[in-house]
Amino acid sequence: MAVRRVLIAVAIAFMILFLVMPLIIVFSEAMSAGIGTYFNALVDPNVADAIYLTLVIAAVAVPANLVFGIMASWCIAKFDFAGRNVLITLIDLPFSISPVIAGLLEVLLFGLNGLFGGWLSDHNIQIIFALPGMILATTFVTFPFVAREIIPLAQEQGNDEEEAAVTLGAGGLQIFFRVSLPKLRWGLFYGVLLCNARAMGEFGAVSVVSGKIFGQTDTLSLAVESLYESYDIQAAFAVASLLAGLALLTLVLKAGLEWRHRDEIHAVRRKRSS
Amino acid sequence: MSTEIEIAGIVRRFGPHTVLNDVNLSVRPGELLALLGPSGSGKTTLLRLIAGLDQPDSGNIQIDRADALGRKPKERGVGFVFQHYALFRHMTVFENIAFSLRIRKAAKPEVKARVEELLKLIQLESLAGRYPAQLSGGQRQRVALARALASQPRVLLLDEPFGALDAVVRRDLRRWLRQLHEEMNITTLFVTHDQEEAFDLADRVVIMNAGKICQEGTPIEIYRTPANAFVHEFLGESNILPAAVRDGVVYADAGFVIGAAAAPDGKVTGYIRPHHVSPLANQNGAWRVLRIAATGSHARISLGLDGLTIEAAMTADALLESGLVSDAPVDVLFSGGTVFDADGTKPVKMFAARGVVAGPVQASLHV
Repeated sequence: MAVRRVLIAVAIAFMILFLVMPLIIVFSEAMSAGIGTYFNALVDPNVADAIYLTLVIAAVAVPANLVFGIMASWCIAKFDFAGRNVLITLIDLPFSISPVIAGLLEVLLFGLNGLFGGWLSDHNIQIIFALPGMILATTFVTFPFVAREIIPLAQEQGNDEEEAAVTLGAGGLQIFFRVSLPKLRWGLFYGVLLCNARAMGEFGAVSVVSGKIFGQTDTLSLAVESLYESYDIQAAFAVASLLAGLALLTLVLKAGLEWRHRDEIHAVRRKRSS
Repeated sequence: MSTEIEIAGIVRRFGPHTVLNDVNLSVRPGELLALLGPSGSGKTTLLRLIAGLDQPDSGNIQIDRADALGRKPKERGVGFVFQHYALFRHMTVFENIAFSLRIRKAAKPEVKARVEELLKLIQLESLAGRYPAQLSGGQRQRVALARALASQPRVLLLDEPFGALDAVVRRDLRRWLRQLHEEMNITTLFVTHDQEEAFDLADRVVIMNAGKICQEGTPIEIYRTPANAFVHEFLGESNILPAAVRDGVVYADAGFVIGAAAAPDGKVTGYIRPHHVSPLANQNGAWRVLRIAATGSHARISLGLDGLTIEAAMTADALLESGLVSDAPVDVLFSGGTVFDADGTKPVKMFAARGVVAGPVQASLHV
């Protein structure tokens, strides 16, 4: 009993110190100069641009990873092929590589002196220090979120339901949209939520490939840094509070949907008893 | 008008393994046919070939005299119930049953009417809104059946339909399915490894082993006249005694008479069911009672002679009357059985050798 209490106390203390306190500080600092100043900081054109840029990046990276994730899980769960394990390992690569290195690799590939730099500049395509580079970097870093969430699910669920659908007269597309996809939907939902949160909050990789031109290639997380470094502390915290709010919203959304569909989630998640 | 299925020369290989080796089978219109065999005998593969979930390497399948192999599963008019039901876990019971109708884009009122009719048939009207995970095994089984029946298939295929259920539910569902079959008269094939299930439920039983059909016939025919030693062994416990026939008398190699059979002289193997073995209490008997195990209505008695053990079975009442106890000396009477030749084929019925009590016989009688 004593051990249990101590462990719980340690866990709670840790959570307060590392999660709750920073959150409180972010919001209190953001509001320190009053609510008017807080909103003024957010409607600053440069900050508005950063919000827009962040949304654009997420709007491309998340759907891309959704599609990649579904394709990868389909491959891995439905087929047995040479190199399957290599593929599973590769999917985890972005988790094990520092985002800064990921950004750097991109510079080495697409930068002016990079592998494809000459060809790109000949064709007037700018990737590094521009939006395409930031999207690529974000997509790379957030790649595992959807795939990792649904691959084990798809493997566990097997092919039985698809075969049943075949005997019930369904064609390939009907099976995919009526059976394969829906039975993965909660995994997909969690994957997309996590992927989105990370895509909007990514710093390292984007920081390397962005030119950090305030108002042009600054995302929200980069804007926090820019503002902080220019001693605009209150504005930095105001922008940071947006990101923190996004994190909270993600949690609330997840919890709310889980609660609303608790019967179905329970039903879908429970292993087939035999 | 019920459907017939004609299966001819089906071969199916998976890599180096030949799972089905020249299988020929006629399924008669409206019959309830059991495919019975040990695991790995190819029975599920055969079922999947009929449904179109798999393609044979060679051979032919006709459903109602029309080639089925060239047709997609959905064009074959086949309903399939999977071993683990494979219900759509993200759909309610109602939606599961409605699936094939929705695929066919049936009108909403029609879907509703048909699903409600089926829910009534499987006696689960009150559970239409549940998800499969919220049902018991028996309920899932019935939903799987209703789902397969929704599009009014011509043929119903069931893969180990009761395999995952406990004994009581299994018995109830078995009766229910039999009744359902009599009402609907759909040509039905089911796969099982449980001979009791096959015999209880089916009009006709097909016994498979190692990718081939060993025997087909009514349960009584198969039980009374098994085509080979495998079938005899598979259908229930047997005492297997190496023996020899001389002048119509069967002598066990261990040195006693086990019966009379109209078989040519030579080496054979005698197969005797436990209930054809009767121990008789006798002070001078050569056999010993090794063990008595009462299992409710029946009792099993192990009998020993010079290191050889055979099993006898009798009703618990008969045991009580016989007064047999452990370690008692007994004589043994064999009242029936089958002898097979050295290859386990050419069965010949064995009868009690009149007036012969199976004690040790003189060595001179040996062949």
